[in-house]
Amino acid sequence: MDEQRLSADDRTDTPRLSRRSFLVSMCAAGAVFGFPRAGLAAMNPAAADGQPLEAVGDRFEPTLWYWIDSQGRVNVNVIRAEMGQHVGTAIARILADELGARWQDVHIDHVDSDPKWGTMVTGGSWSVWQSWPVYRRAGAAGRTALAEKAAALWGVSADAVTVADGQVSAGDRSIGFGELVQKGLDRQFSQDELKALPLKSHDELTLLGRNLKALDIDTKTNGQAIYGIDAQVEGMVHAVPILPPTRYDCAITNIDDSAAKDIKGYQQTLELEDPSGTAPGWAMVIADNHWAALKASRQIKVSYNTGDATEVGEAEIQAENRRLVDDTGTGAIMDTGDNGDVDATFADAADTFQADYTTQTVLHFQLEPVNALVFRNDDGLWEVHTGNQWQSLCLPWLQKALGVKEDQVVMRTYMLGGGFGRRLNGDYAIPAALASKALGGKPVKMILTRADDSHFDSVRPPTLSRLRMAFDADNKVVGMDSAVASGWPTKVMIPGFMPKGTNGEPYDPFSSDGIDHWYGVGAQRARAISNELAEHTFRPGWLRSVSPGWINFAVESFMDEAARYIGADPVQFRLDHFKAEGRNAGQAPNSVGGARRQAAVLKRVAELSGHGRDDLPADSAVGIATTYGQSRSMPTWVGGAVHLSVDRESGRVEVHKIWLVVDCGTVVDPDGARAQVEGSALWGLSMALYEGTEFKNGRVVDSNLDSYGPLRMIDAPEIEIELVESTEVPVGLGEPGTTVVAPAIANGIQAAVGARLRHLPITPAAVREALQSGSA
Amino acid sequence: MIECTINGETVRLDADPDMPLLWALRDLAGLTGTKFGCGIGLCGACTVHVGGRATRSCITPLKDVAGADITTIEGLDADGAHPLQQAWRDLQVPQCGYCQSGQIMQAAALLKDMPNPSDEDIDAVMTGNLCRCMTYPRIRGAIRDAAAAMKEASAHG
Repeated sequence: MDEQRLSADDRTDTPRLSRRSFLVSMCAAGAVFGFPRAGLAAMNPAAADGQPLEAVGDRFEPTLWYWIDSQGRVNVNVIRAEMGQHVGTAIARILADELGARWQDVHIDHVDSDPKWGTMVTGGSWSVWQSWPVYRRAGAAGRTALAEKAAALWGVSADAVTVADGQVSAGDRSIGFGELVQKGLDRQFSQDELKALPLKSHDELTLLGRNLKALDIDTKTNGQAIYGIDAQVEGMVHAVPILPPTRYDCAITNIDDSAAKDIKGYQQTLELEDPSGTAPGWAMVIADNHWAALKASRQIKVSYNTGDATEVGEAEIQAENRRLVDDTGTGAIMDTGDNGDVDATFADAADTFQADYTTQTVLHFQLEPVNALVFRNDDGLWEVHTGNQWQSLCLPWLQKALGVKEDQVVMRTYMLGGGFGRRLNGDYAIPAALASKALGGKPVKMILTRADDSHFDSVRPPTLSRLRMAFDADNKVVGMDSAVASGWPTKVMIPGFMPKGTNGEPYDPFSSDGIDHWYGVGAQRARAISNELAEHTFRPGWLRSVSPGWINFAVESFMDEAARYIGADPVQFRLDHFKAEGRNAGQAPNSVGGARRQAAVLKRVAELSGHGRDDLPADSAVGIATTYGQSRSMPTWVGGAVHLSVDRESGRVEVHKIWLVVDCGTVVDPDGARAQVEGSALWGLSMALYEGTEFKNGRVVDSNLDSYGPLRMIDAPEIEIELVESTEVPVGLGEPGTTVVAPAIANGIQAAVGARLRHLPITPAAVREALQSGSA
Repeated sequence: MIECTINGETVRLDADPDMPLLWALRDLAGLTGTKFGCGIGLCGACTVHVGGRATRSCITPLKDVAGADITTIEGLDADGAHPLQQAWRDLQVPQCGYCQSGQIMQAAALLKDMPNPSDEDIDAVMTGNLCRCMTYPRIRGAIRDAAAAMKEASAHG
């Protein structure tokens, strides 16, 4: 390893870079520096220095996605960001299983941005689902090549050769991957050949479903994992920004840094010019170290011309949501199939039921505040060192901000100290790049304070969902009309990603997924509307579980309410409307079984949780909900139940236990799957009861933990998880657990004390008020 | 010039006495295992030991640690094999991992004070450490396992 580092050192004059330094000496002058990384590098989460594995001797690359070296080591290239899902391990396992590798030989690299990888995005709970076919075929390619080589060597048919556990065998002959590579292997596969390769059947897969230790765990227990905030380069200056009062429409009129001049280490304050329009009105304080920049930033006075956004608050945004939903001519109509005239159905209905549900602004509050290190290296290439979930989205912004071409910017890869959708939007890299640009390409390391991270956050915006149901004279459901309004992140950041509704209007799937549910409800309309007042006030974001997180709060609360309205059992009412027919029958390969599978998880979670039992103490109950995860195109079927009790006097809701039954198709990594479901369910709990802020004068009022209170250990209940055994396509798990918890809590509260809460978060004050006002 | 001991080595730091220990560790000593989360002592990501006590380094100025003995995650165990680190690995506690240095340092102080913590003790002490990935159930389990392992080791030691 040292040899490789030295040779890399010789090759380049680029700034000497160290993602990890250790205690060699201590001095105030600056950090301790290690060795530069070789050329286009990557991040190996299993290594203390993050250095990717270097091939020893020959290396065979059956496809873009991995190589095997002469020692038989299998190094898998992962384009997904590691932010807690152990995604590299899951993807490497898929490949290794199909290949027939020995697990101990498998290593991973989280690669830097390079056009050869195609789109780089980590979100939507898509990673395993999208990687599954690609990496299986890649594994099959290597297996085929190894088998063919051994067959030729031994003069036997390739069909007679088996590849398993890192050994290639036929009869009593056996050879390791490394030895075969040494003998020279350069077999390449065309796309057509790849597609034609036979894949193993489910019962031939031996790594799948086994508990293996994730490759990123060790370094996360000893301080060695390397996050964006840990990036260093020799000669870097430290930067702390001063943010304008609102996201847009603010221009700096004056910067007075006279009070900061005496601060040791303070250098200067830059007024950033942003051709990309991402971060207008920013000033950047430059200093020798972070503390000096931070201290100086507190002494510097910046004056602004501000815009209309300073007049906007949470109430105005919600009023706009309501105006848009009231106006039936707005928004996009989603395709919910041809099942009748909604307006006529409601006009003819014997009875109707309607309710509105709202959610408050939610912060990502990923624990690592956003940061970036940017510089221009000696080859003229701009290097952006930061943790990021959507490099393909951010790179064009960086090019525009820097005024350079596509091949002049690269994003280096780091571990993410939490993603949760915050780092899908790489806006935070722009101001660091602009500061470096202003300093002639000098390395600038920018870290936002926690408060500024919150103020610059792309929050889950305030939302409104209005649901209506029509019944005939026999209380049979004959129609459903739904409308949802919020600020749309996709419209603001990547409008080309928006499909068109049946009325030709585009819509943001991540602000509407959830209303096109799998219940058969007769004539159905689903309308999604973008709130431009919100979009002009701040930049809305994709936040873990996106719209299924808030729309299912509405849909699943509403299904409970509608059932109660007609005197039906809430679980039976749902089951009665899960009919796997028509568009709800499901489609191969992703949604095989359709509504039948959602009914199955609901039934199972009702059994497990003892839903409907009457032996619980007063003011406590089990609430239930079910969702299909993130989207109809990739449903993860989830049944959720919450046992809770309500203290009538204080209004406090205590959650005792959460049950989750999840059908995600094939379970690739059982322990990782459980970890994702646990974490996502507790996110749901956190957003249901504890998290929420408000816009006031165009910015969020809560920016740190003194007033913003995500779930803590003391309020984390027991969780019981059941994963349905399945051989269907593996689908996502990072978010679906979030989506059932809030409605299950709201439904549990009604079952316990009769109060119906239709706004998130459900605060003790709101519960007290609901009890007093007799919404009970 | 402030002198103190970090992970067993005596160091002299020529820095602003108001500089929080967190930034001295990260930017001057190059010990980046200790993390910045909130800057107001409420998330626990920056937890280190000062004189054996769990301390929020983001709100502890350097001048307050003159002469003190400081331990960071890098120095908790030379081989990274503290029973808590072992338990963290066995239960695969970390998700994003960003808070885990602080969690482990807080838990190490907890087990020193209370070798047999009840679940209530664990909740009461650890609730000051935010885990945004919400790995709380596994943190709880790992602390219980580590306490048992340490008890076992001392019984046979």
